[in-house]
Amino acid sequence: MSLLVIDRLSLEIHGAPILKGVSLSVSAGQVVGVIGESGSGKSMTAFAAMQLLPYGSVCSGRIDLGGREVLALSEANLCKMRGRDVGMVFQEPMTALNPIKTIGEQVAETILIHEDVTRAEAMERAAEALRRAELPQDRFPLSRYPHELSGGQRQRVVIAMAIALRPKLLIADEPTTALDVTTQAQILKLLRRLVDEEGMGLLLISHDLAVVADMADEIVIMRKGEVVESGPADWLLRNMQHPYSKALLAASTHQPDRSAEEQHDVLLDVREVVRDYTIHRKGWWGGMETFRAVKGVSFQLRKGESLGLVGESGCGKSTLTRAILGLEEIQGGEIRAFGVPVGRDFPNALRSGIQVVFQDPYSSFNPRWKVARLVAEPFHLMSQRPDDWRDRVAKVLQDVGLEPEAMDRYIHEFSGGQRQRIAIARALILRPEIVILDEAVSALDVSIRAQILDLLAKLQGEYGLSYLFISHDLSVVRSITDRVMVMKSGEIVEQGETAAVFDAPQHEYTKQLIAAAPVLPADVTGGERHDRPEPVV
Amino acid sequence: MRARNLWIGGLLSAVFVVAALVSLIWVPYDVTALDIANKIKGPSGAHWLGTDHFGRDILSMIMVGARTSIAVALVAVGIGMGIGVPLGLAAAARKGSLLDELIMRGNDLVFAFPSLLIAIMITAVFGASALNAIIAIGIFNIPVFARLTRSGALSLWTRDYVMAARVSGKGAARISVEHILPNVLNLLTVQGTIQFSLGILAEAGLSYVGLGAQPPIPSWGRMLADSQTMISFAPHMALFPGLAILLTVLGLNLMGDGLRDLLDPKLRRARA
Amino acid sequence: MLRYFLKRLVSLGLSLVVASGVIFLALEVVPGDPAAYMLGINAQEDTLAALREELGLNGSVWARYAGWVGGLLTGDFGVSYTYRTPVAEMIGERLWISLPLALYALTLSTAIAFPAGIWAASKRGSAVDVSVMGVTQLGVAIPNFWFAMLMVLVFAINLRWFSAGGFPGWDTGFFVAMKSLTLPAVALALPQASILARVMRSSLLDTLSEDFIRTARAKGLSQRQALWRHALRNALIPVLTIIGLQFSFLLAGAIIIENVFFLPGLGRLVFQSISARDLIVVESVVMLLVFAVIVVNFAVDMAYAVVDPRLRGRR
Repeated sequence: MSLLVIDRLSLEIHGAPILKGVSLSVSAGQVVGVIGESGSGKSMTAFAAMQLLPYGSVCSGRIDLGGREVLALSEANLCKMRGRDVGMVFQEPMTALNPIKTIGEQVAETILIHEDVTRAEAMERAAEALRRAELPQDRFPLSRYPHELSGGQRQRVVIAMAIALRPKLLIADEPTTALDVTTQAQILKLLRRLVDEEGMGLLLISHDLAVVADMADEIVIMRKGEVVESGPADWLLRNMQHPYSKALLAASTHQPDRSAEEQHDVLLDVREVVRDYTIHRKGWWGGMETFRAVKGVSFQLRKGESLGLVGESGCGKSTLTRAILGLEEIQGGEIRAFGVPVGRDFPNALRSGIQVVFQDPYSSFNPRWKVARLVAEPFHLMSQRPDDWRDRVAKVLQDVGLEPEAMDRYIHEFSGGQRQRIAIARALILRPEIVILDEAVSALDVSIRAQILDLLAKLQGEYGLSYLFISHDLSVVRSITDRVMVMKSGEIVEQGETAAVFDAPQHEYTKQLIAAAPVLPADVTGGERHDRPEPVV
Repeated sequence: MRARNLWIGGLLSAVFVVAALVSLIWVPYDVTALDIANKIKGPSGAHWLGTDHFGRDILSMIMVGARTSIAVALVAVGIGMGIGVPLGLAAAARKGSLLDELIMRGNDLVFAFPSLLIAIMITAVFGASALNAIIAIGIFNIPVFARLTRSGALSLWTRDYVMAARVSGKGAARISVEHILPNVLNLLTVQGTIQFSLGILAEAGLSYVGLGAQPPIPSWGRMLADSQTMISFAPHMALFPGLAILLTVLGLNLMGDGLRDLLDPKLRRARA
Repeated sequence: MLRYFLKRLVSLGLSLVVASGVIFLALEVVPGDPAAYMLGINAQEDTLAALREELGLNGSVWARYAGWVGGLLTGDFGVSYTYRTPVAEMIGERLWISLPLALYALTLSTAIAFPAGIWAASKRGSAVDVSVMGVTQLGVAIPNFWFAMLMVLVFAINLRWFSAGGFPGWDTGFFVAMKSLTLPAVALALPQASILARVMRSSLLDTLSEDFIRTARAKGLSQRQALWRHALRNALIPVLTIIGLQFSFLLAGAIIIENVFFLPGLGRLVFQSISARDLIVVESVVMLLVFAVIVVNFAVDMAYAVVDPRLRGRR
């Protein structure tokens, strides 16, 4: 018996087509994963099921929820449906809660809106819902405010709100994208448990094929507002027909060709580095409190190698990066690059040997500058800009796979992937020996990510670059690094050959991380065929 | 709809700017010559907007008054921007430092003195003049621009392109000029238009209570003050200068709104 | 919460000290010899000496400043040079007109602006929204003293509903007195209400586009319920800032509007004192107004903490 049937749903927003004939269905106790890259319309499908669409949206087709035609319901009836029959969990737990109401009030509101109960009773049931979402009362009383909770805990509050009335269907729109891997694993486990124990249907929207493969009974693959392929998860993963699905799968497990010739010269030598931050004053006139973000970290980066640094948010990896770039004072230890201590007196000529690519292709460029000027900015490190600077910019743009004509355009004319290529061009213009890649592919869709990883591998081979590859994404780190370091709470807890660390982790935390990371089943990339089972109706 | 705001606003403001400019070379009647025979006449073919209690032509006085208003407000915005923007940039570049703290506390302090109080203090010591109005309104504008610049700049300092500039060895001052300032310019343009219109209102108020431009320099506020006792039998004397203020300020505000919609990518995205 | 309160209190104290310093500097140090300034250029040396003695101008700058602040704290604002009466008495009398006028206007302005702003935001893009925005656009642009003059022309001179000016005194009864403050209060309130309504509207619209509103809607709240239960209190934070700023504009505006209606408030006092070169009175009035502005901003800071739990127990 299907809880939700979406049948040939089309959606236009201000006349622009967003969804074109999308069909899918969710049954009780079933997890349906919808996967797609940005712009695929996967989130809009979820919002259409709730009828929480932006102004100017026009739907056609059919959405059947528990026997009722959603598109025909009045707004008042939709309000009765939302929260009672369907609950929804969102991507961004940091902003999904009202900052000025307690978590108890916010969970109880779901109950108060739909049922005629006293406040006290609603609060009691809110406590119960929070307990089901694994936020026990003794540690997380109802009187907590959202800002007193972590991201994962907030997401549990959102889940508690969504399941407070035990709806038959739960819609989760990228529920773990904003969370760290270990938290992601816990939230996914929670969702799975709720589905199994309470017989809910779950429509899980994600960009991450591994997450969906782990969780879903049924998979729907979307692209540009259309469903390209769908079917039972186990079967579909092994029998993809549509070229896009295949490409998506290939990109998700992509292994760039690397021909790195490692040498033994140490380019970067980090010894016992300590970084303290002064945080707010303790008491009224009292002294400072310090927070140690980096606690005695040591490692070496050799010429031509790719060194990974993995860790969850707040572990100190960004601070360490900035320290290596000479943008932060260190309180202890020493960072030597090319044999010279990095610091205030680090000569510009050597500074130009260390460049960086950042995560966000949208905030990495001054929107008012043309590409030529953007890419040429590092020339500032030289005593004067070389006369042939434009030729050099053209050359490096070609190196990263762009036309030299890109020079005279503004950055907003480029896509995310192209911008990341421009960021790499900027990092390479001075022919550095070390390039720090700070989550450089994290914001990209998988297919673009695969292309950029290939490009990085190619450039490394051509120019003998050394990469320090910082990421929270274990699969990416595994695919492109020779050695890896695992960082937790300001310390490096484990380091070694990438394959060795991933296959036989020693430290407890590394084990946790690797266990938490969602992975595609080992046999899906190899192509043994299975018969498609008859759909169970 | 939004573009219409910009057009109507621009047109209204342009009318008064042109009137002020024309008054530099030509006005229908000399505003310093008294013509008692023709005093307090309503609008007519000879005097389109009538005459005042000294027989001066009100249209001519409004044209010359526009000059005073616009000059005072413009210079005051210039003072506010000229001092406030560098302060805001400096505060943002050294966020959390003593300098930042000093600038922000200084701002709070100036905010506690409305321009009228500043004008009162200046006038009490130096006597009334149009210069007082400029200084008073200008000082009041400083924290407005300093705060706006600082908050705009702070959000830009977290951008990766600023980090990239630092990796390229650029210092805080250079980054402020090359990366921060051009990207807060939109904010400043919009706020500048708003402060310009507020400046015109403030100048009118100060002249009205006698703290601004002094006779014989015609000013809109002064004209309204003169008309007050005669309002029951010569309402035209009060009507036209007031309308001039209203329309100029309205024009500038509409232009500000229009500019904001045109320049603010956040709003543009919201409408898309 | 206590820490936040104490911290703001310290900052309030500091602001007052610095502000008083600035005022003292501007009105007692910059003019050189205040006695000579007050008496004009033809003053006799012995009259000057007598005035200096009377005003306590013979000590060092620091001693004079300390004396002045000490006087302020004990309610001794000095003696007016022109009227030969204690400044505290003169101000006290007039404060009973200016302060009620400013509060009356503030009340009117919020009473108009809140419903107008909420209404416009909840019906975004509708005829209501367009007309509220249109009227407020005019309201923001109109000079309040000119609006006051027009109201006098219409309601006092033509319709004779109100008197054209003057103040009968509080002893004539609360309603009679309030009636004579009504036109001035409306004139003051209208532009402020327009600004406030626009801020209220845009702040509400910003809040309504936040993620947590979508969460509330997913729970089954209607657009209206989400607005009242979740958006409004969050939207109040910028609105409070503007109310705080407006109070200083209202006080300053009151000084101007008092001129239109011949109200014997602080404004008249300060302009008379300027013409009479009575610096002591000017100094005291300015200090009082600045004090009011600073205290109101302190109150706004406290109101933030009530509205926003994130501020309690922090910083």
